[in-house]
Amino acid sequence: MKRLLFILPVIAFAGLAAFLGFGLTQDPKELPSQLIDRPLPEFALPGIVEGGPGLASASFKGEPRLLNVWASWCAACPQEHPVLERIAAEGFPVYGIAWKDKPEDSRAFLARYGDPYSGMGSDFPGRTAIDLGVTGAPETFVVDKKGRVRFKQIGPISPEVWEGQIRPLMQKLRAEA
Amino acid sequence: MILPNSSPRRTPGPIAQTLCRALVAGLLLASPAAAVLPDEMLPDARQEARARAISKDLRCVVCQNQSIDDSDAPLARDLRLLVREQIAKGSSDAEVRDYVVARYGNFVLLKPPMEGDTLLLWMGPFAILLLGGAGLIFWQRRKPQPGSAATSDAAPLTEAERAELDRLAGPQD
Repeated sequence: MKRLLFILPVIAFAGLAAFLGFGLTQDPKELPSQLIDRPLPEFALPGIVEGGPGLASASFKGEPRLLNVWASWCAACPQEHPVLERIAAEGFPVYGIAWKDKPEDSRAFLARYGDPYSGMGSDFPGRTAIDLGVTGAPETFVVDKKGRVRFKQIGPISPEVWEGQIRPLMQKLRAEA
Repeated sequence: MILPNSSPRRTPGPIAQTLCRALVAGLLLASPAAAVLPDEMLPDARQEARARAISKDLRCVVCQNQSIDDSDAPLARDLRLLVREQIAKGSSDAEVRDYVVARYGNFVLLKPPMEGDTLLLWMGPFAILLLGGAGLIFWQRRKPQPGSAATSDAAPLTEAERAELDRLAGPQD
């Protein structure tokens, strides 16, 4: 009993060190999404081509899709772009929202890097991004068949994240009723 | 203290005095700059004051350790405009806060509410104080008081123990 009392501070220290050490592995910049398992907030955005098709939340039904929030000014977006092209080539639909980006800049970006998107909306005022709880670009939402958000990727999708997390989830969501 | 060769104290001239006063006045007037731009402000001064108060409690999610009232980040500006838009629409302060929390979670509140997952945050310091206090009292109690009975509460040595002790100590020369 007495011996136990002596090692108590050591145990307390080890516990605190483990707790704080775990904290170091967490990225405080990544806020948990409020939207997980909730329907995509409603939006109806114009396109990036004048008179062209826009993007509305109502179309996120029937099959699981990715919704990628990006911008031509975003530094990590060119890095993520090849992964998005690969995702589209593998047959998974990727939709985009150009966030706080002038439509001509968005068009120039896609002309330069290629266009893997099945649909694109322009959110120049940034209001839809706030409804989505976006804190930066790029961010990507996985939306299921019923239009509910099931996963949010903060920062670029790396090939590892796609293969290890998002693709298995998309396959699972496709199999869902 | 007067150093050798130091010149005698001189009264500054009128221009220097004025400059000094202006500098002091300027420093006194300086306060932490808010990021709110004139074009964002509401025409109604009372509504604007409410917007400022709410903005000071909302965290800028890009910079994280600034309020949206302090931050120059474009997203902070969007949120300031949103707060003002909601106020102009007639929402109460609590409704405006809830609107933002619904999108970004409790994390945007610089003063998080007391809830299940923030209990540790709120109670942690008190728990540690309590534990530390209890430990201190326990330790104080255990420490034998000099001169008190606690120093001699061990059972006295038996005759056999005393003999053994003498044997171990060896012959005293």
